Amino acid sequence: MVIDWLPSVLIVVLLALGVIGALRRVSLWRAGQPEKVNLIAGLLAMPGRYLKDLHHVVERDKYMSRTHVATGGGFVLSMVLVLIVHVFNVEQQIVAWALIGALLIMLTGAFFVFKRRLNPPERLSKGPWMRLPKSLIIYSLTFIILTLPAAGILPDASGSVLMIAVLSVGIVIGLGELLFGMGWGGPMKHAFAGALHLAFHRRSERFGGGRSTGLKPVNLDGDVLGVSKPSDFKWNQLLGFDACVQCGKCQAMCPAFAAGQPLNPKKLIQDMVVGLAGGTDANYAGSPYPGKEVGNAKGGPNEIITAGLVSQETLWSCTTCRACVEECPMMIEHVDAIVDMRRFLTMEKGETPNKGSEVLENIIATDNPGGYAPGSRTNWAADQNLAVMKEKKEADVLFWVSDGAFDMRSQRILRAFVKLMKHANVDVAILGDEERDSGDVARRLGDDATFQSLAQRNLATLGQYKFKKIVTTDPHAYHCLRNEYADFDKEGALEGVEVLHHTTFLNQLVQSGALKLDAFKGGKVTYHDPCYLGRYNGEYEAPRELLRSLGIEIAEMERSGFRSRCCGGGGGAPITDIPGERRIADMRMEDASTTGAELVAVGCQQCTAMLEGVVEPRPVVKDISEILVDQLAEEVH
Amino acid sequence: MPHKVISLISVGRHPQSGRSRRADQDSRAVELGLKLAGTDLDVVHAGSSQEPVLRQYAGMGLPKVTVLEQDESADALVSIADYLKSEKADIVLTGVRAESGESSGMTPYILSEQLGWPIVARVADIVEIKGDEAQVLLALPRGQRRQVTVKLPFIASIDNAAEAARQSAFGPGLRAKMDSQNGSTVEDSVRVDWSEAPAKARPKRLKIVKAKTAADRFKAATAKPQGGSGKVMKNESAQEQAQAIFDLLIEEKVIR
Ligand code: SF4
Ligand code: SF4
Repeated sequence: MVIDWLPSVLIVVLLALGVIGALRRVSLWRAGQPEKVNLIAGLLAMPGRYLKDLHHVVERDKYMSRTHVATGGGFVLSMVLVLIVHVFNVEQQIVAWALIGALLIMLTGAFFVFKRRLNPPERLSKGPWMRLPKSLIIYSLTFIILTLPAAGILPDASGSVLMIAVLSVGIVIGLGELLFGMGWGGPMKHAFAGALHLAFHRRSERFGGGRSTGLKPVNLDGDVLGVSKPSDFKWNQLLGFDACVQCGKCQAMCPAFAAGQPLNPKKLIQDMVVGLAGGTDANYAGSPYPGKEVGNAKGGPNEIITAGLVSQETLWSCTTCRACVEECPMMIEHVDAIVDMRRFLTMEKGETPNKGSEVLENIIATDNPGGYAPGSRTNWAADQNLAVMKEKKEADVLFWVSDGAFDMRSQRILRAFVKLMKHANVDVAILGDEERDSGDVARRLGDDATFQSLAQRNLATLGQYKFKKIVTTDPHAYHCLRNEYADFDKEGALEGVEVLHHTTFLNQLVQSGALKLDAFKGGKVTYHDPCYLGRYNGEYEAPRELLRSLGIEIAEMERSGFRSRCCGGGGGAPITDIPGERRIADMRMEDASTTGAELVAVGCQQCTAMLEGVVEPRPVVKDISEILVDQLAEEVH
Repeated sequence: MPHKVISLISVGRHPQSGRSRRADQDSRAVELGLKLAGTDLDVVHAGSSQEPVLRQYAGMGLPKVTVLEQDESADALVSIADYLKSEKADIVLTGVRAESGESSGMTPYILSEQLGWPIVARVADIVEIKGDEAQVLLALPRGQRRQVTVKLPFIASIDNAAEAARQSAFGPGLRAKMDSQNGSTVEDSVRVDWSEAPAKARPKRLKIVKAKTAADRFKAATAKPQGGSGKVMKNESAQEQAQAIFDLLIEEKVIR
């Protein structure tokens, strides 16, 4: 036949175009800042990361995980075989059969993608993504027919000119989407960028079940602090943005989005893609930032992000709860990006909104966000008879009190915890007035300079004393001490020290029998997972075990554990206070009320403050240590 | 022709922690200066260019800070007066009183005396500069304002009622240039002999509030004590004046 050669030529041409597009895409990522990754090791680890880590997340949606395995696996396999059969013309029937098999698997997968797209949930982006299942089906059908002769089912050269012409159109549509689209920013870009993102992820510790949640330090000697333009991101952050499949799982989990604040993590990542590639968001076909129209955002790799691409309120709406990161099947790091951009606003522009500037100034001048006299930090403990490290020098446990020391409500938690420790005869001491704010709020508000200074000064103090454990009732301080101070701990002040949240520590005391508790006789109890304890540190069990040891059967909220909804208090959000339609704390309290609970157990002073701020009637809010202290078994003498 | 504005800055002290910081009124003087002159504002400090607090001021968006290098024991007034004489300034902005050092509040007055310029005390805002005149808003107690017209050049001390200083950004503060010039070497001979001690709280005049309504109580709480029964004694002899003061102290039970 005259045009028998057409399919093979088309395949090669599309492949070549795809490769050119891909190279161009790579050059876009390379506009970012250098960041060291082990390229070879990353590439070698990539398949494993895809199969284990990525699928671990996708697996939460069984339908989608099977569909994706069939479609993706079928495609990769068929693509290799297509090259063997149709480009290199290997004439082995068995290979052709294998190809048809792979295509059938893919066709089945594509069918299910199609089905999901018939009535897509709001979180999914539409636009080109609606076209994708059709293209996938066309691709598999086209190549099945094209391969039939090679498999010996149809006689060779049976294709008429018309037939070949039709199939060629199929190739252009199907393979065009898959190969050309992959390189040139179509929906299939996710496969190419996603694979490389897995290979060169900035937090490779996350693979293999690890956790990596501490923010990365800013180099304070840099020319620009934080991220002002897309090209200020690390190159592999840009690559990560490009891996987004617009599945909207992050959006569905985002408390700020649900509260109607102008933030949608999916749109934010897509805006970053607009920024790195240059252009506008006119083609974005997903949900907008609440209250903001799509189509007005413009950006480029070297244009200031907050001057037209993303508004400042969007960045300040985030509570840094990490729900989006936890949910993202592509393991994209939204929080890193948001804080990077906040750093620019705070450290370069001095534009932290609302109370932000005042709080930061207080922290700088008094080491606490309220601007209280540093010498009054230990006033809460005047009647607690607590040993102070300055005199004691050495103790088993260092109790990190945190800024709750200045707040009367939080002091109740502190006192309860002290009473429990005394009951269990724990050898404990505090830093007293030598303690400083952990730097959590300053860091989340983008002031890494102040965070670093606090971390260094706290570490210098800690380094003077001997202790085996640091225990704190504040998950934010816990996170800083455990995950973020290591970057500054040159002298090894925390080396070999176990950093624990008080629920973990109390649970150890209860399980070892050092604390004896009576059964709890109140009503129904639910437990709210603090973001900085759960998602940031993976501690979901200890608080629950503690409650169970009181005989409490926890009435779990629908969103609990790693899917817990934020109380709205993290990331400095109550300080920057970006208006929305609802309050996040109200929504969380509604979650709690729905369980019928009369008591919400929490493990964080900030959560306590936020949830107690909800108007009554509502369940009572208590820290776990407050619940335990009421159940201390009377000692029989 | 744009007017030349100079803001004088000093090292402040946080009231709670006693730690160095940008002084509240001085940073308001910088804020007002930025409003009037933008980044052409000349911000001047007499002291050490190594002083970290200067970076906090610079973080307000100042490309440079002029530092009149001098020892801590040297008299800042001499440095500043010399500098102001050499620069053709139109408006000099200072705080009402420094948060550290002598904190006497005399700096603007002595400068005005030495330069022979008028001084406008407790300024809330400078609304407009037209030709060689400025419309100035003075801050009076209880949120009241008085508008005055002042001829350039003049010195203004900035009240706490003026626009609060903008946030200080770390990066620009770090990168700002410290433009060092030679300051004075004249020793502040009065101050060397002083020793510093923490201030004791001054006794407050007790207010007997006889308010019946919430509105009255609010007024009583917000009003500055005004001791309406005071009288001005100009023509009496020193003896009589002293006696009057003595009687008052007994009446107020300050001495028994
Ligand atoms: S960022 Fe992740 S979770 Fe959000 S839409 Fe993209 S792929 Fe989905
Ligand atoms: S961290 Fe939480 S608030 Fe911020 S974008 Fe993600 S889900 Fe939304």
